[in-house]
Amino acid sequence: MDKSGKKNRREFLFTASYTVGAVGLGATIWPFIDQMNPDSSVKALATTEVDISQIEPGKAITVLWRGKPVFVKRRTPEEIADAKKVKLESLKHPEKDEDRVKKEEWLVMLGICTHLGCVPLSNKGEYNGWFCPCHGSHYDTSGRIRKGPAPTNMEVPKYEFVDNNTIKIG
Amino acid sequence: MYLFKLRYALYIFILITIYFNPVYSAEKIELLKQNWSFKGITGKFDRASLQRGYQVYTEVCASCHSMRLLSYRNLGEKGGPEFSVDQVKAIAANFEVEDGPNDQGEMFIRPARPSDRFVSPYPNKQASIVANGGAYPPDMSVLVKARKGGADYIYSVLMGYEDPPSNMQLDDGVYYNKFMEGKKIKMSNPLSDGLVEYADGTSATQEQMAKDITTFLTWSAEPHLETRHKTGLRVIIFLIILSILVYFSMKRIWSRIDPEV
Amino acid sequence: MSEHTYTPSSKFGKWFNDRLPLLTLSDHLINYPTPKNLNYWWTFGGILTFCLVTQIVTGLVLAMHYVAHADLAFDSIEHIMRNVNYGWLIRYIHANGASMFFLAVYIHIFRSLFYGSYKSPREIIWILGMLIYILMMATAFMGYVLPWGQMSFWGATVITNLFSAIPLVGESIVTWLWGGYSVDNPTLTRFFSLHYLFPFIILGLVVLHIWALHVPGNNNPVGIDIKKPSKDTVPFHPYITIKDLFALLIFIIIFSGFIFFSPNILGHPDNYIPANPLVTPTHIVPEWYLLPFYAILRSVPDKLGGVVLLFASLLILLALPWLDSSKVRSAVFRPVYRIFFWVLMIDVFALGYVGAMPAEGLYLLIARVGTAYYFLHFLVVLPFLSRIEKTDPLPLSISEPVFTGMPKPELMRSDNRFK
Repeated sequence: MDKSGKKNRREFLFTASYTVGAVGLGATIWPFIDQMNPDSSVKALATTEVDISQIEPGKAITVLWRGKPVFVKRRTPEEIADAKKVKLESLKHPEKDEDRVKKEEWLVMLGICTHLGCVPLSNKGEYNGWFCPCHGSHYDTSGRIRKGPAPTNMEVPKYEFVDNNTIKIG
Repeated sequence: MYLFKLRYALYIFILITIYFNPVYSAEKIELLKQNWSFKGITGKFDRASLQRGYQVYTEVCASCHSMRLLSYRNLGEKGGPEFSVDQVKAIAANFEVEDGPNDQGEMFIRPARPSDRFVSPYPNKQASIVANGGAYPPDMSVLVKARKGGADYIYSVLMGYEDPPSNMQLDDGVYYNKFMEGKKIKMSNPLSDGLVEYADGTSATQEQMAKDITTFLTWSAEPHLETRHKTGLRVIIFLIILSILVYFSMKRIWSRIDPEV
Repeated sequence: MSEHTYTPSSKFGKWFNDRLPLLTLSDHLINYPTPKNLNYWWTFGGILTFCLVTQIVTGLVLAMHYVAHADLAFDSIEHIMRNVNYGWLIRYIHANGASMFFLAVYIHIFRSLFYGSYKSPREIIWILGMLIYILMMATAFMGYVLPWGQMSFWGATVITNLFSAIPLVGESIVTWLWGGYSVDNPTLTRFFSLHYLFPFIILGLVVLHIWALHVPGNNNPVGIDIKKPSKDTVPFHPYITIKDLFALLIFIIIFSGFIFFSPNILGHPDNYIPANPLVTPTHIVPEWYLLPFYAILRSVPDKLGGVVLLFASLLILLALPWLDSSKVRSAVFRPVYRIFFWVLMIDVFALGYVGAMPAEGLYLLIARVGTAYYFLHFLVVLPFLSRIEKTDPLPLSISEPVFTGMPKPELMRSDNRFK
């Protein structure tokens, strides 16, 4: 074996050791990071069923889902009309009202201002929707941002109508 | 040089062997040993046995023994009995749990959901003691790990009921079991042939039921056993490869100053 | 460390190093001259550092999920085992890690005893090491209480009751330790707090331990003083680091065997039964690493006597550098000491064995003989032996085994102990 061959073999050995060692280190670190993610008991609570039979038109209830408030609002025909007639071009975060609801009478969304996470007040603000008292974001009757620092519309969670009186969030 | 080092290693190995053996495996009564599928470094649970075991638990044990650390959702998780999502929901819906308070400030009863813990047969420990004539039926969630001998012990006790020897007087509510300490147990023989009717058609002999419930309890005490074995095998193979690489790297590095080492 | 004249090559490096000499420190650690004949028994220092870091990191993680409350502790551990992502892995590492830590520390201590590493000029290293060991025992004991199982509860009861043996104030001290009239929630919460604190004190002592080591440098299997740096030494990196790494990997393989394939074998089944102040387990034993001391405690039929002997057995170790005054360090050159070393080793194992057995009959007799020898070894055998023992001739250096006194050619040829 000549000298350069010997040297190559040495380099290969060291490179291989380093590489395999680095892989092992990475694999070891993962459990220590993942343990801070939601555990299986938290994930199991990820769905909430809500009884909506008692909500009058124009009223809203707030339910807790994954530790966050969810607004379930039964909208009046005027509010629906308000939400529908807005021109998309005038919106900061253009979304059609139809895309934000499953049945147009019911608006279900996370009651969290997309600015910095406060809970907006309902039936307030310049657009008769929601108003965030923390930094003055105004939302319309579809929960879309119209004025103020919030960047996007209030988020619509995954939900479905189990029957006419019950929705399942999550 | 190596012989010299090896000699010390050997001394220590022998000492450790002598040391640990009697301390941790001293068992006076020879337990019935079973060839459990979950033993060994690649051990896995027998899925069908786990499902049957759950059936034995609900139909036989659950009237006295709680399993308060388990949730219904566990029955559908990987590495367990692996019931389907709908089966788990149906199982949970058989039970009622107290929830609340509701908007009126009242507690109410609702069907259990998969996220709920197993419903206990008694409201508290004292109630379970009173209902069982002064004997506490232990919670079975981690029972296998809480008994010396583990799965073999549980299986042995279930199979260990016999008529007492003629010279032994037993009080009311006390039974003879050759694997219990003092040979006495306050639980009557819970299993008998044909006690349950297995959904999968397996013949429900006492032995079969004892095996199934033991498997189920082993899983409930150690729900991540399969992942643990699988991960462990990979980790050790990986470490051996890395050790070999490091060993030869070490030889290379030391050869710079000392060709012998 | 006065030989250091390290100057960083970059301008910024020099600027920084003049203000905080971290680069000088790392240069010192990299080039630290280490005897080249260190055998694998010397790798346990690095292994112990690994153990401490592992325990701290896994402990930190467990504390994120654990609840220190008498009603919730047991269930929170089961929550970790069942629900937390990789919780079972992290908890099993921590629980078995304690045992592996002690296994390594015992090997480290017996290595020191065999090669005389506690002798001048390394007395402070030894004393710091013993303090670390005592703190380790306290930490491990308090950690074992946290799952709040039957063994936790009754172990805590028995060990805290040791202090009741103190005349006059004993009872008050125990009540103070408990924060009540029995081991209960206040005891659990303070144990948790201290269990979190102690490892960091240990870490501080470890830094001092290594600092004190770097002043005279490592002892070595031959036990002679060597010139540093010289032909007898190698730079710490990469020679010692790679060897330590290899030994560490082998250690981790064994460690993994416990974690993945028999994680509960070193624990006690009773600790999976929630604590019950009304029922004591029939057979109560401490963890294996405390068994020899438990045997010493029980060997005396007197409460105060047992406790005094227990603490004496630890404190006596602090005086070891002065009890053994032999100038020759390594047992390789002390034929008689070598025998007594093995007798002590067997004695400690025997004590550990009977510590796990009921304190009666033959076991009690062995415990008494064992205890007697333990003290005899340190108080009589070592001081006496170090004065009269005729030691073998020592080589003058590691690389050139030239002996003082009578040369022993056959030793040089056939025996490679000096490698």
